[in-house]
Amino acid sequence: MSYDARFRVWRGDADGGELVDYTVEVNEGEVVLDIIHRLQATQSGDLAVRWNCKAGKCGSCSAEVNGMPRLLCMTRMSTFTETETVTVTPLRAFPVIRDLVTDVSFNYAKARQIPAFAPPDLAPGEYRMQQVDVERSQEFRKCIECFLCQDTCHVVRDHESNKEAFAGPRFLIRAAELDMHPLDAREDRADFARDEQGIGMCNITKCCTEVCPEHIKITDNAIIPMKERVVGRHYDPLVWLGTKIGLRKR
Amino acid sequence: MAADLEHFEYDVVIVGAGGAGLRAAIAAREAGLRTAIICKSLFGKAHTVMAEGGIAASMGNVNSNDSWQVHFRDTMRGGKFLNSWRMAELHAKEAPDRVWELETYGALFDRTPDGRISQRNFGGHEYPRLAHVGDRTGLELIRTLQQKIVSLQQDDERETGDPESRLKVFAEVTITDLLQDPSGAIAGAFGYWRESGRFVRFNAPAVVLATGGIGKSFKVTSNSWEYTGDGHALALRAGSTLVNMEFIQFHPTGMVWPPSVKGILVTESVRGDGGVLKNSEGKRFMFDYVPDVFRGQYAETEEEGDRWYTDPDTNKRPPELLPRDEVARAINSEVKAGRGSPHGGVFLDIASRRPPEEILKKLPSMHHQFKELADVDITKEAMEVGPTCHYVMGGVEVDPDTAAAAGVPGLFAAGEVSGGMHGSNRLGGNSLSDLLVFGARAGTGAAAYVLALGDRRPDVDQAVVDAAAAAALAPFEEEGGENPYTLHQEMQQTMNDLVGIIRTAAEIERALERLEDLKARAEHLTVEGHRQFNPGWHLALDLRNMLAVSECVARAALLRQESRGGHTRDDYPTMDPHWRGRNLICSADGDGIVVREQPMPSMRGDLLALFDTGELAKYLTPDELAAVPAPATPTDGSGS
Amino acid sequence: MSETRLDPASGGGGSVAGGVGSPGRAQIPERTLRGDRWWVQPVIIVTLLVLWLLYALVRTSMQRYYFVETYHYLTPFYSPCVTASCVPDARHLGTWMGELPPLVPYAFFLLPILLGFRLTCYYYRKAYYRSFWLSPPACAVAEPHARYTGETRFPLILQNVHRYFFYAALVVSGMNTLDAFDGFHGKDGGIGMGLGTLIMLVNAGFLWLYTASCHSCRHLIGGRLKHFSRHPVRYRAWTVVSRLNTRHMQLAWTTLATLMVTDAYIALVASGAVTDLRFFN
Ligand SMILES: Cc1cc2nc3c(=O)[nH]c(=O)nc-3n(C[C@H](O)[C@H](O)[C@H](O)COP(=O)(O)OP(=O)(O)OC[C@H]3O[C@@H](n4cnc5c(N)ncnc54)[C@H](O)[C@@H]3O)c2cc1C
Ligand code: SF4
Ligand code: SF4
Ligand code: FES
Ligand code: FES
Repeated sequence: MSYDARFRVWRGDADGGELVDYTVEVNEGEVVLDIIHRLQATQSGDLAVRWNCKAGKCGSCSAEVNGMPRLLCMTRMSTFTETETVTVTPLRAFPVIRDLVTDVSFNYAKARQIPAFAPPDLAPGEYRMQQVDVERSQEFRKCIECFLCQDTCHVVRDHESNKEAFAGPRFLIRAAELDMHPLDAREDRADFARDEQGIGMCNITKCCTEVCPEHIKITDNAIIPMKERVVGRHYDPLVWLGTKIGLRKR
Repeated sequence: MAADLEHFEYDVVIVGAGGAGLRAAIAAREAGLRTAIICKSLFGKAHTVMAEGGIAASMGNVNSNDSWQVHFRDTMRGGKFLNSWRMAELHAKEAPDRVWELETYGALFDRTPDGRISQRNFGGHEYPRLAHVGDRTGLELIRTLQQKIVSLQQDDERETGDPESRLKVFAEVTITDLLQDPSGAIAGAFGYWRESGRFVRFNAPAVVLATGGIGKSFKVTSNSWEYTGDGHALALRAGSTLVNMEFIQFHPTGMVWPPSVKGILVTESVRGDGGVLKNSEGKRFMFDYVPDVFRGQYAETEEEGDRWYTDPDTNKRPPELLPRDEVARAINSEVKAGRGSPHGGVFLDIASRRPPEEILKKLPSMHHQFKELADVDITKEAMEVGPTCHYVMGGVEVDPDTAAAAGVPGLFAAGEVSGGMHGSNRLGGNSLSDLLVFGARAGTGAAAYVLALGDRRPDVDQAVVDAAAAAALAPFEEEGGENPYTLHQEMQQTMNDLVGIIRTAAEIERALERLEDLKARAEHLTVEGHRQFNPGWHLALDLRNMLAVSECVARAALLRQESRGGHTRDDYPTMDPHWRGRNLICSADGDGIVVREQPMPSMRGDLLALFDTGELAKYLTPDELAAVPAPATPTDGSGS
Repeated sequence: MSETRLDPASGGGGSVAGGVGSPGRAQIPERTLRGDRWWVQPVIIVTLLVLWLLYALVRTSMQRYYFVETYHYLTPFYSPCVTASCVPDARHLGTWMGELPPLVPYAFFLLPILLGFRLTCYYYRKAYYRSFWLSPPACAVAEPHARYTGETRFPLILQNVHRYFFYAALVVSGMNTLDAFDGFHGKDGGIGMGLGTLIMLVNAGFLWLYTASCHSCRHLIGGRLKHFSRHPVRYRAWTVVSRLNTRHMQLAWTTLATLMVTDAYIALVASGAVTDLRFFN
């Protein structure tokens, strides 16, 4: 059940590169990462690719297959026809290091800007939380930090200049996660999302949700609720009035 | 070469950014020391991320009968009494605090109805004990620790203006050698940036090894490319010793089909949540494989086993939840007897036992994994599973209280790379707790060591650094040598076939011969391309570590003439009390490996008293048994 | 802006330079390597929305065939009919003001709400940002604009008023429901029911579903709480709205269809082109 597939893999580094053609064996049940490994082992030992778990759990093997951001280890060869040419390139929103490996430090820098979980005034072991209250944040904690959402988000993919002002979907769900954490002691997560993370840059076009391998409903469950919270704090005169006359707690 | 070398000064260098490494880093930084964390992959991708089932800690949230004593007893039983009892004791006592501490870092575990951390059943644990988040507990653990590190960096930024002033992560750096002063004390570490291939040198009086396991020496494994036994080999070459290396855990349930995913783990929670093992005849064969030491603790009939899930207090657990070594051997026997599944495994069935909604709720990532990788819907069909190399019980011999490595001042080890804690077999969930307990202890131990040094700092000869660099560049010098990928595959095949789940003297000897041959060939490897992110080169360097570690495993396996836990000898099929009190210690001797026996310290009386004499008789020699003090209350069941 | 070619092969150009063509990134000239027909969806959306808007424009400016006197069918495009311009029977909510100047839509109260609600709807925003604005035309396809500020500036910052349109939309749905009840009007002046009544009811029902599935509604009804466990009733409401919310896109299109069908049916009956199918009276 094996056949020879045609692959085009981007080879090169920051100074330049090109799509290189390969013909390589494919066996039943294999994923794109297997084929890249076969190329490494048989045709080009120095083909650079990141991976770890090969089970969609670590988010290392992010790249673009036929133009779409994907995990190489979770893209099955059976989704292509035998005659189709499979094109594999590095993520196109981040600087390339070599071949399929990109410099994703943008994401780590953004991660460091979000104020950390603010523990409540409780001793360890005294935390009590209800399952219904943790479930929303748990969805966002499924994130494997593959950064496919960051890669596909046009705000930064198509506008390098926005990288300064926009944190990207991965870190907007982090903001939502903390704001919905039943015991987080900070109250200003939504303000931070607006003022420092640039949530207003997102035009909710949902590409992040489309590519998330963990199927996190990034836009519907995190970004839009955060936008609504921002509205509640900044753009809603009724809420403002309510807090003024004491009908509503801050 | 000097222009090519970056240079950093730290108080503590942590090699490894998994659970153990990150927890150690937090402890060292909280002790006020400048700490570097070094890892081979990106920050947050270490192997710990793959752990699924949970963290064992006797918090007693689901069954209040649980206590550290029961956890200790389960751990010793699981390890067949070969554990370092002091480590097992510290582990059982401190695990709950380490888990609760994670909540203060922001972790969100699944909850019980009264709002506490929920705990689930797992093989070998008497009570529901594993704190978990669905089946992605490792991800929660590593992300929580990662975020705690970030929060410490934010504190530092507020204080000093530089987030990395006291805690810095060096991602995608591989350490290839430890640097020592002429006396042998640790003086730092040497490695290269994977990205650029440039060398980097860390000067530090203390190094904590937290590099994880060795699974990549085997063909079928649940482990990733990182698990090349680097920490084990670094310790060996530095003059420290490894203990228990013959004990390798083969997880009973790895995927067997399709070939490209063979070995990938199927979490034990599938069984904990009701899944059962069946052979090709549809029989639940595990009832035939309950060994004598466990007889009486497991259900005898399917009905009783099934009742246990809802009423664990009056029923015994089904034998599918026996410790992993037992289940792995049973599957192996079924397949050998011709009752296997089409692709050489057995069936793991949860579809016929639980409603689809429940499966989706409790095992979402397993459902996802089978759907995506094997096109199997586990709510409708049985999975095909077979044993896969999963965990190495053996590792660096350490002092239980400080995690200091034997024989090398300034060297510490924690996590999977350390040995002793799990004896001959690790219980599921005991690793994540091990990482936290001994990670924290290693960080504190290293900090105490550095503080005790005062202003003294060890010195390294330039020649040592040059030699490390030359060794790393050797594969580029060679012309016409072998391809590292080919050699690696041969080694994996050898270990899998000859030092795998069932072993014999003849096979192990054959393996040793082949390893000798591979070692010689590994001197002459050729890699193409240049130093920038070159996986061929990286593998060539990792190979020497894998070969050294494999030799340890094989030599120790040959010496231990009994079957116990993760070491099964077809020619010595039973457990032998004589071997119970002995550890096998592995050390480097020039280019070779030597293994010697070492008697174990005997267990403290109060700990022995946690077991009844009948049970001890299964493990101890008559002499040892005679020396056991009589328990105050006979067969004190649950501890306090 | 929509003159930019939707052509997968068009490479290079200023738009790519500050994005996927930025220095340091992998140098790949194509603006996308997607080989599937990613442009189909924006084309379909543009076509459908333009057709619908044209239809609505034509119908509101006709100022005829909006009411079936015999059965009291009033089309949603003319609801509420509360000015002296409307035929008297259509003013079942009363007459609030005198004749309107020519060309002002009879439903000038509510049409802006209807449009504003949909214009600021999170789903429609996605739809038109993608297919009209091409920002982005499809995922991982470079957008043609050189600069982008999202919804941070005027006028798009006004999208934040969506929740007011939501409150107002509750009124719209209410009006449409009243109209549907008024449609239970028989030939002899008593109670009666025909296909038109049914269509109006279905339309009103879907309008409620669409309104209830709104993201602002989801937030206001419970999403903004930190502790669901302390508000069990609102939590229940939130779970129901959340379930509807996953269908928000489908409901957005369904209601466009039901609005159009209701209006068309009533127009046909009112003009005499078809006769209403009566169930009774
Ligand atoms: C699929 C799977 C499921 C599991 N499920 C469970 C479970 O449910 N419960 C449980 O308790 N245990 C489980 N385990 C076991 C447990 O996950 C591991 O034993 C544990 O995570 C090891 O953690 P660690 O901190 O020791 O090392 P790791 O997390 O493996 O980290 C090792 C680190 O060392 C770094 N490193 C290695 N070599 C070098 C070098 N030369 N230079 C620089 N850095 C280096 C790596 O980059 C990495 O950062 C599971 C294991 C697997 C594979
Ligand atoms: S929905 Fe927002 S964050 Fe997500 S990809 Fe689109 S613009 Fe980016
Ligand atoms: S949110 Fe999804 S796509 Fe984004 S980094 Fe996390 S897992 Fe990846
Ligand atoms: S290798 Fe871990 S996600 Fe693909
Ligand atoms: S109506 Fe669509 S989100 Fe409110």
